[in-house]
Amino acid sequence: MTHAGSAIEALHLARSYDGLIAVEGVSFAVAEGEIFGFLGPNGAGKTTTQRMLTGVLPPTSGTARIFGHDIQREAVAAKSTMGVVPEVANPYADLSGWQNLMLAGEMYGMARAARHERAESLLREFGLWERRHQKAKGYSKGMKQRLLLAMALIHQPPVLFLDEPTSGLDVESARLIREQLRALAAQGATVFLTTHNIEEANQLCDRVAIICRGRLAAVDRPEALKAPFAHSQSVLVAFDRTLEASALEGWPGVSRVEKEGDKLRLFTATPGALVRRVAEYAGGNGLEIVSLNTLGPSLEDVFLALVQDRPAASEVAR
Amino acid sequence: MRSGLRPVWVIAKKDIRIYYLKGPVLIFGVLFPVCLFLAFAIGRAVPPANLVPGLIAITLFFTTSSVSPAIAPWETQARTLERLLCAPLSLPAILGGDVLASFLFGSVLSLVPVGLGTWVFHASVKHPAALAVGFLLSAACFAILGILLSSPPTDKPSEIMMLSNLVRLPLIFFSGVFLPLEQMPAWGQWVASISPLTYCTESLRYGFGGPVRYGPGLSLAALLAFAILFWAASVRLHRRSMSRRLWA
Repeated sequence: MTHAGSAIEALHLARSYDGLIAVEGVSFAVAEGEIFGFLGPNGAGKTTTQRMLTGVLPPTSGTARIFGHDIQREAVAAKSTMGVVPEVANPYADLSGWQNLMLAGEMYGMARAARHERAESLLREFGLWERRHQKAKGYSKGMKQRLLLAMALIHQPPVLFLDEPTSGLDVESARLIREQLRALAAQGATVFLTTHNIEEANQLCDRVAIICRGRLAAVDRPEALKAPFAHSQSVLVAFDRTLEASALEGWPGVSRVEKEGDKLRLFTATPGALVRRVAEYAGGNGLEIVSLNTLGPSLEDVFLALVQDRPAASEVAR
Repeated sequence: MRSGLRPVWVIAKKDIRIYYLKGPVLIFGVLFPVCLFLAFAIGRAVPPANLVPGLIAITLFFTTSSVSPAIAPWETQARTLERLLCAPLSLPAILGGDVLASFLFGSVLSLVPVGLGTWVFHASVKHPAALAVGFLLSAACFAILGILLSSPPTDKPSEIMMLSNLVRLPLIFFSGVFLPLEQMPAWGQWVASISPLTYCTESLRYGFGGPVRYGPGLSLAALLAFAILFWAASVRLHRRSMSRRLWA
């Protein structure tokens, strides 16, 4: 399964810990310039897979290649091409933002002038320039995460690995990071985004892989993954009075009704007909429609359908 | 230079800045040899050529192996380790950087007892080349020992420090530092022969013209052999423990 022009290749990756299989038979390829989402519930094997891809953890079997370099046998060459923001990581607390960036640049063998120029540009871009001389221990979580991303980008890597980069961040920092990822992809960088934030993956990724219990459940474009779930289309309506879901249950063509705050969501395979029916219902009952939207199947629907009832890799192995 | 010594120097600079250039660490490093001098020199009629090498050896032993065992657990606890492992640095380069920082810290601070010994106690250097080689080889050997002691996959520095002291403290009493080897019982002499501190003390004592049991060649060869053995074990054990460290 070698793909010409692939930035990242995973070939039958497997990893076990003390006899427990965490990841098994994971194979995929990520094209250059692609934003690739790696989705899965907690404990599914996302971080273990990323650690194998970035050379932090040796696989029990299988291999990974970054731009053709085997991550185990040519580790230094492979790692030189990548920037990594691990899930659980911190900058050095006793170093300032500037010193952390200098250290990161030195680790990638950058010359002093190039480090300085790049660090200034990144610190300004990430809104950290004014605080560059402050020790990282005084940074907020969002600032630390932005600094980690800047450290990962100091050497302008063609591949960027991020593990839950926006998890637990304030809205401003999360948005800034997403904008940066889009900008990087537009410049031709390959982004491997490990996340359990489905909406984030839906918004950012060209393709996503869904891993569950250590095994890949699907790899495709988000819209292609949603296609088989056309029956999960829905109409989201808000009236000028809040209604209970039971008021609209039992309508022909409506599979279920869910109350979402002051709105009702009606699931159907024929949203056009349902919209007309809702308008008639409102007119006949003296209700005003405040808002009405038709919604396609969400990636969350796909995700939930794929991860339910899948056996764990360890169970299959037995 | 990237594939050579540069990564080692990058890690060493990082260690020195973050872990060694701290007030308490430096104060400990300077006070320790001074206190040892006061404890063992005052009121004892020991010839300087016997006393001074032993005190330099203990200072070298403790300063080079005091901070380095805690670096890996600290990095694990502070969650800075994974980023380090993602960088294009080999494990030997990372460990080599830790060794270099420890070597430099211990060597510089151990110049304090060298200075005290020569200027205050008027111990004269008889074989300067042998003294210099023994001093540097001992510092390297003990720095590597410190890295070896940091290999258990824990994120608690206190656990490693306990292990470290458990290994280091008994060695002082079986390494001919205070009691000459020839005055030890047979079993004590056997234990001394497998302690790197013995060969450090012997090589320094030879440098100061004191009585030695082993010749300088044998002492230096033994230090080199211990350094190689400790390095091979360190790389092997750290490689094995790294995934457990991340999994913890």
